[in-house]
Amino acid sequence: MAESTQDGRKIGGTLLEVKNISLSFGGVKALTDISFDIKEGEIRAIIGPNGAGKSSMLNVISGFYHPQQGEVWFRGQKRGSMRPYEVARQGIARTFQNIALFKGMSTLDNLMTGRITQMHTNLFWQAIWKGPAEREEIAHRERVEHIIDFLGIQAIRKTPVGRLPYGLQKRVELGRALAAEAKLLLLDEPMAGMNLEEKEDMCRFILDVNDEFGTTIALIEHDMGVVMDLSDRVVVLDYGRKLADGTPAEVRSDPEVIKAYLGGAHA
Amino acid sequence: MFYREAGDFKTSYSSDQQTFPIRLDRHMVWGILAIAFFVVPFFINDYWEKSVLLPFLVWAMAALGLNILTGFCGQVSLGSGGFMAVGAYACYKLMVAFPWMNMFIVVILAGLITAVVGMIFGLPSLRIKGFYLAVATLASQFFLVWLFNKVPWFYNNSASGMIVAPERTFFGIPLTGAESPSWITYLFCLTLVVVFAFIAHNLIRGRIGRSWMAIRDMDIAAEIIGVPPLKAKLSAFAISSFYIGMSGAMMFAIYLGTAEPTEAFGISKSFLVLFMIIIGGLGSILGSFLGAAFLTLMPVLLKNVMVNGFGWPADLAAHIELLLIGALIMFFLIVEPHGLAQLWRVTKEKLRLWPFPH
Amino acid sequence: MSPDLLNVLEVILNGLMAGIMYSLVALGFVLIYKASGIFNYAQGVMALFAALTLVGFQTGQIPFAHVINAALGTHLDTWGPGLPTLLAIILTMGVMVLFAYVLERFVLRHMVNQAPIILFMTTIGLAYFMEGFGDLMWGADVKTMDVGLPSGGSTWLESITAGWAAEGSNYRGMYIDVLDLWAAGVAIVLVITLTLFSQYTKTGRALRAVADDHQAALTVGISLRTIWIIVWSIAGFVALVAGIMWGAKSGVQFSLSLIALKALPVLILGGFTSIPGAIVGGLIIGVGEKLFEYFIGGMIGGATENWFAYVLALFFLMFRPQGLFGERIIERV
Repeated sequence: MAESTQDGRKIGGTLLEVKNISLSFGGVKALTDISFDIKEGEIRAIIGPNGAGKSSMLNVISGFYHPQQGEVWFRGQKRGSMRPYEVARQGIARTFQNIALFKGMSTLDNLMTGRITQMHTNLFWQAIWKGPAEREEIAHRERVEHIIDFLGIQAIRKTPVGRLPYGLQKRVELGRALAAEAKLLLLDEPMAGMNLEEKEDMCRFILDVNDEFGTTIALIEHDMGVVMDLSDRVVVLDYGRKLADGTPAEVRSDPEVIKAYLGGAHA
Repeated sequence: MFYREAGDFKTSYSSDQQTFPIRLDRHMVWGILAIAFFVVPFFINDYWEKSVLLPFLVWAMAALGLNILTGFCGQVSLGSGGFMAVGAYACYKLMVAFPWMNMFIVVILAGLITAVVGMIFGLPSLRIKGFYLAVATLASQFFLVWLFNKVPWFYNNSASGMIVAPERTFFGIPLTGAESPSWITYLFCLTLVVVFAFIAHNLIRGRIGRSWMAIRDMDIAAEIIGVPPLKAKLSAFAISSFYIGMSGAMMFAIYLGTAEPTEAFGISKSFLVLFMIIIGGLGSILGSFLGAAFLTLMPVLLKNVMVNGFGWPADLAAHIELLLIGALIMFFLIVEPHGLAQLWRVTKEKLRLWPFPH
Repeated sequence: MSPDLLNVLEVILNGLMAGIMYSLVALGFVLIYKASGIFNYAQGVMALFAALTLVGFQTGQIPFAHVINAALGTHLDTWGPGLPTLLAIILTMGVMVLFAYVLERFVLRHMVNQAPIILFMTTIGLAYFMEGFGDLMWGADVKTMDVGLPSGGSTWLESITAGWAAEGSNYRGMYIDVLDLWAAGVAIVLVITLTLFSQYTKTGRALRAVADDHQAALTVGISLRTIWIIVWSIAGFVALVAGIMWGAKSGVQFSLSLIALKALPVLILGGFTSIPGAIVGGLIIGVGEKLFEYFIGGMIGGATENWFAYVLALFFLMFRPQGLFGERIIERV
């Protein structure tokens, strides 16, 4: 039941579905009865005021938080209790709100770490290096160099990421998530703290990734202009509840959203 | 001028990720290795063997091991002394049980046994982090030393409670015991250390090393992008203990010839190894060697200057040594938290531009 | 009561007393950790150093006599009969404050914003430095400490408990060192004083502010440097008290600094930030290791006190990684 958006991209069946998720910490309810789905090939935005539970939602999807109630379905299968790295192995990659790069490693190594779920040579060959380990390394290096070209970060390939400026770090982090070649990419505020130019670059990257690799993307973003332009569908959270869900146009005109989120005024 | 990358073009990924990417580096390392293997054995004497070269090699091996765990995987351990003891006692039991066995195999097996023990004591690291883990590793240190003191099976009921390395030969030449010539003990240890330093480097530059460093730099993010923390941490504990166990085996069988747990493998040894990797450089193979060299050579030098030079009493020299080590550690952590290895890197950067730094 | 039960009681009591001694050292750790986030490994060596200095003043030793003799060939030893105990204590306290100042000036000031693990290792360096320094200054020989505290078995307790046993059981009564009872008293006074100080004085409030957030404390005008000097001075004071008690109990010698290691599992149990935790943790460890040695130690070769505390702490951590009184750790991304 593939449908076409106006610019001709293919949007397929449901990739991920969350059903009736409720999550609380001690007595604090972070998420209450949230359900929505993400379709293959689309860009899905999750918006909401600070503390609405957006990041908690992403953490649930990536297996870091385990909700007290509800189910997560990924590629048609219900997910049991999974550790985050098992989720990553299933094909979900993500970036973080506060940059979570490996600061002691170079850009290249960060990106290579992003591919760790796909590297398998055993300890013995790793120790010998010559042979399978080196071949695997070079094969993956080629894929990573492709991403480095795509993001235009060739010059900082061997720089420790701790020394890079903020905007570049954000870009490297996107690169690390891309390197995983995941089915679903979760971006937690990819443009937070960026200037206009950097935001435009980042938007371009996100659209290109979606276009070129057909990666499904779920993103959290506060910049409404960006959200409305980029996303195919938007889900709105407030106080851990789902307020609205639909195309940008639908969400924008939803009275609930206008009341709760846009504070009565027009955006 | 030196260490130039310009003109040293890399045309394949494999040459770009080789061990020593800079030509001069490569030549220097091979040069040093050639001297170590083909020149030093002809000039080595008993003093240099017992006071300088063997201790350096033994501690370099231990420092490599701890650096894998602490420097690359970020798990602080104060149990190195205990793991060295495991290596030493495993080596002793193996030597006695299998007199025919090649000493290389004995040392490596002793390392493997230590790796298993290390993994068991590494299990808490899955739940415990940082200081808490450092303190928890003390449990292994004290428990293991106590165990080797109290269970006669480990020292074959010897009356003194000490273990003495039986004489074993290596292709007809005595390798352990009082009769062994200096050059063979030296070459034996050198071979092990060099081979395993390269192996450590190989592990670190590949998948396993990256999973360690990811855990070190940000464990939660590492898990979310797909590094299994259990595997990463336990493999770091295992491999680190493997190296430390081999170092303990070398220390007992080749270097000292005898050992008892309390002094030879006490808590102060755990700290010594930790200092080596701090001063040398956390997360650096070269740093492990520099740190081990520094902390094994400095006492020898100090002793020579103060006791033999000035004629001061030996205990005074020991106190000054303590004071200096302490001061140096603080100094390094303030001025250069990344240790001697970082100083060397900076020097290289400078040399590259010299004599026209601008 | 049967003599067996009384014996167990005696073991528990002695464990409590030993635990208080551990708590005394652990207290210093907690103070510094709370105020500066530094895990001060050198606390035990500070106690040793304080005790050495105190004995040095009491007996009138010339500092660095050993070094001067070696360097110049002189035969210096003491400069006189020594100082009265109270004066010596006050002077020692002065030395500890001076030490705090020098430490802040030359080390801590340069370590702001370093990773906690680097700070921890710095204090290990500090421990080595102070140990060497103390030995150079006062000599490394074992010294006896006499500050006028009574010691020996408590005859009062002995005679009371002797009557508790059944008739004809030949039970002689419990043995508790009076010095331990004194230590317990001192520890209680110390904890109360420290609590009052941190709750009700301006400096105490500033200390807690710094503990919560360095940056925020700076912005409201608290001088971080002054606070650090104060904290390390207080820790020096606690170290002095611990040094006196331990010194009077088992002589002033290097093994004193190893007590610091025993304080580590105490901290794990109690949590790094809790003063009551340090006390309770100390008591649990003290009683635990004595009971373990009494019931099981004999069967497996004895001397289990060497490791029992650490293993206990380890098992404890597996179930409660933040300690008994520590704040719950919530992990975030």
